[in-house]
Amino acid sequence: MTSEAQSTPEAQQSKGTLRVLQLYPREMNIYGDWGNALVLKQRIKWHGYTPELLEYNVGDEFPGDIDIVVGGGGQDSGQVVIQDDLQARADHLRELADAGAPMLVICGLYQLFGKFFKTSAGPTIPGIGILDVETHGTDERLIGNVIMKSTEFGDIMGYENHSGQTTLGPGVEPLGIVTKGAGNNSKDGHEGARYNNVVASYLHGSLLPKNPAIADFLIRTAAERKYGTFVPGAPDDDYARLAREHAARRPR
Amino acid sequence: MLSFSVPLGKLVRTLSRLRGGGSAFPGLVVEKIDPGFMQRTLASLPHGVAVVSGTNGKTTTTKMVVELLESQGLKVFTNRTGSNFTRGVAASLLGEVDWRGRLDADIAILELDEAHAVHFVNKVQPRFSLLLNVLRDQLDRFGEIDKTARLLEHIASKTTDTVVLNREDPRVARIARIVHGVDALHHPNVRYFGLDESLRSTFPNDDEMRTSGSGPSPSGTSVAAAAGEVVDLPAADVVLRRVGAQDADFEFDGQTVSTEMKLRGVYNIFNAAAALSLARAVLGTGPVDTPKLVKALADVAPAFGRGESLTVDGQPLELVLVKNPSGFRLGLKSFPAGGYATMIAINDNYADGRDMSWLWDVEFESLREDGVEVLTGVRAYDMALRLQYDDVPFGVVEPDITAALRTFINGSRGKPKRIFCTYTSMLAIRRELAKITIVEVVS
Repeated sequence: MTSEAQSTPEAQQSKGTLRVLQLYPREMNIYGDWGNALVLKQRIKWHGYTPELLEYNVGDEFPGDIDIVVGGGGQDSGQVVIQDDLQARADHLRELADAGAPMLVICGLYQLFGKFFKTSAGPTIPGIGILDVETHGTDERLIGNVIMKSTEFGDIMGYENHSGQTTLGPGVEPLGIVTKGAGNNSKDGHEGARYNNVVASYLHGSLLPKNPAIADFLIRTAAERKYGTFVPGAPDDDYARLAREHAARRPR
Repeated sequence: MLSFSVPLGKLVRTLSRLRGGGSAFPGLVVEKIDPGFMQRTLASLPHGVAVVSGTNGKTTTTKMVVELLESQGLKVFTNRTGSNFTRGVAASLLGEVDWRGRLDADIAILELDEAHAVHFVNKVQPRFSLLLNVLRDQLDRFGEIDKTARLLEHIASKTTDTVVLNREDPRVARIARIVHGVDALHHPNVRYFGLDESLRSTFPNDDEMRTSGSGPSPSGTSVAAAAGEVVDLPAADVVLRRVGAQDADFEFDGQTVSTEMKLRGVYNIFNAAAALSLARAVLGTGPVDTPKLVKALADVAPAFGRGESLTVDGQPLELVLVKNPSGFRLGLKSFPAGGYATMIAINDNYADGRDMSWLWDVEFESLREDGVEVLTGVRAYDMALRLQYDDVPFGVVEPDITAALRTFINGSRGKPKRIFCTYTSMLAIRRELAKITIVEVVS
């Protein structure tokens, strides 16, 4: 039996510490969002750095010295629970994003990182405007496997499940152009959004395990901002590659 | 028309069985030619209809309720595995009614998928309903779990006599409020089944799956408590007090009853408390032979694939069906890895759920020490990737289930074996196992 985990030998000196903050894991953790935090934690280690995983929930004190922010999806009810607290943190998060902090926001927090989410039931949940996007709730649920092309990250794959439809403003670029599935909405073929070092997407799956290029972008950016350089390790991505090949052949 | 529909439906059923499959097709035929067939037949039952629904444990729980009621001398009609939707119920009924359409039963205990149950209760109002839990499962079908909870609310609101609720699942327990809001004309009673405080941490509800930063591990605080809501648990009709290796304690009528259990896995045994509560509701104020009831509970064998044990090469081989994160977590917890050779089979067909995200909501640390021998199924490489990130060692990755099963059995001779498998991978594994051992094959 072979062990597939390639942890850095304990004896080897760490190249430095990277602090990863999970936003609202209590409410916004649907569809395997933990997978993204876990992948960051493990890959930081595999690259020879020391990961520190922190979490921020409603009412907590916001930790300082954050190198990477990661946030997930939630049900409509979860979005309602966090919205006031998120507004209270909006300025701080916006400063971090504007300054170039790497962030990954999926689904529900992608929507709330935008300008607003007008729910299909009527009320509009204000966003924090880091991303120039707006979301409108619909009765149509976009569900299924997604593959998109990205100039930055190559083919990105995952699984979407959302009824909010998002459209991009001029302040952001799409993360990719879908070749299978719907993406941000049922019309323009865009998926996700890119602003500065913020990566936003509807894709679960979880996103990072099968798309290590995005994980490594977040880690590299964090290391460069903190230490001036990034000296990568050599994580074994054979299983990620095989999982991608098999996933690509699955129906919508 | 009426006089022809039942014989015709039965004929179609016989023919489609001879052809080898299509269990719901005769139900479709009878639905088309005699739309009132199901309602009319079920309405004739003296004790009416009871519906069992929820995300996890419907099949085993339904089986338990049937056996508990049979121990009290009731004749029970139930739907077979794989027919937990309206048309399937009609097909099952066709198999049981006589040629004149009469059903020789006192009560129907029906396992219904949440979404199908809603259609069913709009046609046939159940006297009783038992609502087990709301967990992330096949969200790609139902959307969000709050929506699933609303499906269960609808079932409760259509129930005429008694609704039995899981006190420990906030989304289910909350249904009591909806029920009490129903107009006074049909205001069903509510009763609960519950857990001893010492067991609560074993059963994370959906909100508790991720409350600590270190992993998707359960904690004792519920979301209600976290939100500052006062948690004041109502009294339960049946409480599971203790689970031993082969026995359990249940409390009802102010007494604690200890009994041996053939069922394995704490979650199965919690569902035994659910079944007991529904059976007690059905039996109502009539005479109850408690020793016989408890004996029946002790004798319930697991349903198909729910911790069922087969024999291969003189060694036990256990099949553990895993459909969603909480089920997988409980499976890992209930069946410790020590001494066992393990295989994991993950498919992503419609019946399994196409979204693989759920694997990332399960923590596989408990397999780290012994490792996993074989990974198989359409999404074997997704599983491999998942284990890689939890530092769990594994051997062969072989998406083809037939080849993988052969490797697994040949490679772990003399060892007890366990296979965690999704629904359609389990069907494939059973077909293969049927070639070498005795196993019930369900199509």
